[in-house]
Amino acid sequence: MRLVLEKRPERNRWMQVASPLLAVTLTVLFGCILFAVRGIDPLHAIYVYFIGPLTTLWSIEELIVKATPLVLIGAGLAICFRADLWNIGAEGQLIAGALAGGSIPILAPHWDSSLAIPAMLLLGMLGGMAWAAVPALLRNRFGANEILTSLMLVYVAQYLLDWLVRGPWRDPQGFNFPKSISFNDWHLLATFGDGRVHLGAVFALVVAAVLAVFMARTLKGFEIRARGEAPRASTFGGFSVPGTTWLCFGISGALAGLAGICEVAGPVGQLQPTISPGYGFTAIIVAFLGRLNPLGALFGGLVLAVCYLGGEAAQVELSISEKTAQVFQGVLLFLILACDTLVRCRVRLERGTQGSSSGQGAAPPLGIEDAGSRAASEGAAR
Amino acid sequence: MNGLEAVLLTIITASTPLLLAAVGELVTERSGVLNLGVEGMMIMGAVTGFAAAHTTGSAAVGVAAAIATGVAMALLFAFLTQTLAANQMATGLALTLFGIGLSGLIGQSFTGLPGVKLGAVYLPWLSDLPLVGPVLFAQDVLVYASVAITAAVAWMFKRTRSGLVIRAVGSNHHSAHALGYDVAGVRYRCIAFGGACAGLAGAYLSLVYTPQWIENMAAGRGWIALALVVFATWSPNRVAVGAYLFGTVWIMGLYAQAIGVAIAPQFLASLPYLVTIAALLAISGNRTLTKVNTPACIGQTFVPDR
Amino acid sequence: MENTDDGAAGHLLEAEEIVKRFGDFTANDRVSLRLRPGEIHALLGENGAGKSTLVKIIYGSLQPTAGRLRWHGEAVTVPSPAAARALGIGMVFQHFSLFDALTVVENIALAVPGRFDREALAGRVARVSEEYGLPLDPTALVADLPVGVRQRIEVVRCLLQEPCLLIMDEPTAVLTPQEARQLFVTLRRLADEGCAVLYISHRLEEVRELCHRATILRHGRVVAQVDPGAETAGSLARLMVGADVQSVCVAAREPSGVAALTVTRLSLPAAGAFGVPLRNLSLEVRGGEVTAVAGVAGNGQSELFEVLSGERPAPTPESVTIAGEPCGSRDITERRRLGAAFVPEERLGHSAVPGFGLGENVLLTRHASGDGLVRTGFINGGRTRALAARVTKRFDVRFSRQDQEANALSGGNLQKFVVGRELDRKPRILVINQPTWGVDAGAAALIRQALVDRAREGAAVLVISQDLDEIFEIADRIAVISRGVLSDTFAADGIDRERIGMLMAGAHEASPGPARDPRT
Repeated sequence: MRLVLEKRPERNRWMQVASPLLAVTLTVLFGCILFAVRGIDPLHAIYVYFIGPLTTLWSIEELIVKATPLVLIGAGLAICFRADLWNIGAEGQLIAGALAGGSIPILAPHWDSSLAIPAMLLLGMLGGMAWAAVPALLRNRFGANEILTSLMLVYVAQYLLDWLVRGPWRDPQGFNFPKSISFNDWHLLATFGDGRVHLGAVFALVVAAVLAVFMARTLKGFEIRARGEAPRASTFGGFSVPGTTWLCFGISGALAGLAGICEVAGPVGQLQPTISPGYGFTAIIVAFLGRLNPLGALFGGLVLAVCYLGGEAAQVELSISEKTAQVFQGVLLFLILACDTLVRCRVRLERGTQGSSSGQGAAPPLGIEDAGSRAASEGAAR
Repeated sequence: MNGLEAVLLTIITASTPLLLAAVGELVTERSGVLNLGVEGMMIMGAVTGFAAAHTTGSAAVGVAAAIATGVAMALLFAFLTQTLAANQMATGLALTLFGIGLSGLIGQSFTGLPGVKLGAVYLPWLSDLPLVGPVLFAQDVLVYASVAITAAVAWMFKRTRSGLVIRAVGSNHHSAHALGYDVAGVRYRCIAFGGACAGLAGAYLSLVYTPQWIENMAAGRGWIALALVVFATWSPNRVAVGAYLFGTVWIMGLYAQAIGVAIAPQFLASLPYLVTIAALLAISGNRTLTKVNTPACIGQTFVPDR
Repeated sequence: MENTDDGAAGHLLEAEEIVKRFGDFTANDRVSLRLRPGEIHALLGENGAGKSTLVKIIYGSLQPTAGRLRWHGEAVTVPSPAAARALGIGMVFQHFSLFDALTVVENIALAVPGRFDREALAGRVARVSEEYGLPLDPTALVADLPVGVRQRIEVVRCLLQEPCLLIMDEPTAVLTPQEARQLFVTLRRLADEGCAVLYISHRLEEVRELCHRATILRHGRVVAQVDPGAETAGSLARLMVGADVQSVCVAAREPSGVAALTVTRLSLPAAGAFGVPLRNLSLEVRGGEVTAVAGVAGNGQSELFEVLSGERPAPTPESVTIAGEPCGSRDITERRRLGAAFVPEERLGHSAVPGFGLGENVLLTRHASGDGLVRTGFINGGRTRALAARVTKRFDVRFSRQDQEANALSGGNLQKFVVGRELDRKPRILVINQPTWGVDAGAAALIRQALVDRAREGAAVLVISQDLDEIFEIADRIAVISRGVLSDTFAADGIDRERIGMLMAGAHEASPGPARDPRT
């Protein structure tokens, strides 16, 4: 018995919607098994974990607060990944945005003006963009691998933040705690409800909608999609490779920076050594769960926010480690990727292929007519 | 023990996990697969290695557990990328995120507990030599293993049919398939080897480097190992040189702090990451070195045609 | 030489009622084939007729859904290519199964069982290659070798195992006429020694010259078994296609127009590790005629195409001019705006985005060509789809669903689409690389006719092709490219195949490059 993949002639449209839902369902099932193994009533645990956060107004607000940075970053990363550009340093870009935007309330705490918030947001986006511009530049100019450079810059950003809050930007009245001053009210984002949901949530909605239109309806969006699907064809279409790289890193960096400044000018309210519980990395999962579609990032952001909140609730109610949440996140991404295979391929089990004992060379079939000529064209491209 | 000896010893301890992880990833990449999950496999190796050693009191059991965990993680990656043809980049990231999460969960009950340190093996006669003796021939078994594995891998690629087949599969999976080679099978094995090495590297961290469990103790070493492979242009010998260069940089930062250099410690701590970027830049410009060695199929999904 | 059909005894290979299905698609439908020792047997058919599937089953790459194979009269299963090689079956692949980054001897070792001993194997390679007159340097890197020599590696790799059956898939597509003749000498000698050859080719004249028998496949079925010597190329083609093949109607040429596309002393370093450098190229393409660049694949055609299209910039602006404008440093969009259109060789992934619908694939090259498909950055979906519909209608592109994804189209239909997408603009200059490569005869005829018609309407058409039949069918003037060097341009009626073959082998390369083997 072995697993055989058959490429579908065209992507299965129904599965494109179903696969993320299937992945979430399977993750919940995995959770059941995990809880059962540890001797916890799985149904109760699942309720606490995945349903509980949706039952009170307080937790729904908290959900929105957590989803806000995830959606902002995830929508930007979706665009990058669509172009086959692997910006995995969003966490660093988030910190850079928080530092750049946070410089105003720290260096000019008394600047009380209606321009202050827009200036902070703008600086935040520029900061994230600048941090993302480094891997883009190194890739365009030297051909350096953007995965590694963008990731290395996360560590650098974390140390930079650490140095600032322990050094020059430390609150002089802070009893030597590694924290900046608390931002003044006029440097905090407007909030809704009982004061936790902030303006960033509106940005997240707007960004997801605008980017969805941008990707589907504009020539620039077309350029990005073409680049990811077939880089040579996109060059043939007249789109410059470095140009697309700048664009994607610029957008995703700016959005990560925006998420960063919204965090520090929102729920956090100051700079401290840790300003994000890994939103920049979790947003990678958000992007994939949203099938690399900016609107899908809304769904993905909410699911992963539930995961964060459920983790906290489970810690309190069931004394399960909040680390479980991270495990779920990893499992979820595996399952998304596995389910995505169903979009591209039919999967079936095949019983012992004729005479093939070693399996060597027994080629699984491929259900499309042009396969031969495609393989041939790849050969000819040499 | 004099000062120089101490410095050299710490350099070796800092370099060994990098070398182990990088040489494993090198074999994986030579077969045409990019596994970004090195960090995840390494940290899982570290936690299971520590847990097994602490529970049984035997460092050897810890090492075995770390290898097994690394292989298991790698097989998960292989199943997704080779059997289900999932995107290698995304799957590797998933492996790292999953490994960091799960290691945190497993390690929670082991935080702060005393570890079991893998003992040194004194090579007779050689370890009595001045300076080189204690530095080179009084090491723990994993240091010897890292050198032996690297040499074996270099020999395999130069001399053996297995090495040739791995290079062929990484160079052109269509041709290899046409000749009847089981592309996925070869890759499964190379990925598993990479996982075993990453697991060993993790064991080194939690059984030798700092014999205890600290959350996130891989601290990006898996990623640096990935960069090392690129920096070494897929040559095992250059991986060894690169690993020791990076280990030196890592230790330099610590020593600079210790002797009170007037630079912020955060800057020194970020030095390895900045040096990694610089190394990537230096090698990216050099086309002649990359010509023959770069596996042409790296990162590409292969589903055999009819 | 014996060449009788009767009698069950003495067959080397018998394929009986072979069926191979891929999902709903039947690639081989009860195909039977018999080969005798010493026989050169042609396997003919259009693209997609099932030839490749059949030989892959014989070579063990695929397992049949039904039917069986007999080898020396005994029923066998061939589970893998390694098993086929052990039986004595060798295969030379159309697009080679070689590894650029490995040396010749390493490439050969991958198909030879036993311990991997470089020196011993190099000795055997030297002996066999000397014996058959196929010289090879065992230590050379494949990437550095010309295509003809690469094929030699594959042939030697098979010969080392003293095969009883040699399968050759389109071997002459990549050879000059002279190299092909040299190959025929080798094949005839092998046949005389008792080796059977299963020979796949599109070139019917050479099949008539070389082969003893021919099996013709159409839509996965055997439609005829004939003695090719007794047939004409026309009758063979009719059997393959199942209908008369239309020949291209070439109208009389207008007095030559002005040079609409010129290349002047263009040199370009190799891109990447395995590219071909262009050396001092000069070329003029005039309005009203079809100019062809002949040459064996991999001699700089893709590089020439990319520098003409603007995907790679030329070193100086003047080295490429389009419609009189220096264009060397302009990008492809600007060149399109000057009236130029381009069709690259690779359909999926270069001409077209595989996962995009036809509408978006029209947008790929037409977004800036003044069709109003894009307004202030936004795509006009209606117009894009309408334009795609116009192209598919005019060029007879068959699809099963409106706005189908490009990778769901057959090779011929997709090629008609990408050629149609450009011709629909009525370009004044058209550059097309391998216009009918791997497409069925009907689509090929339609595309060639459209190219000639466009030229006769006054456009300058440059066809880069390795198919000499095609070139002689449609070209008014011919130049030949070899290892990045372009010959002078000749009037098509003033040059013969023999001379072109010499040029393809590099007779015009003035600069003393690396010594070439005199036998090629």
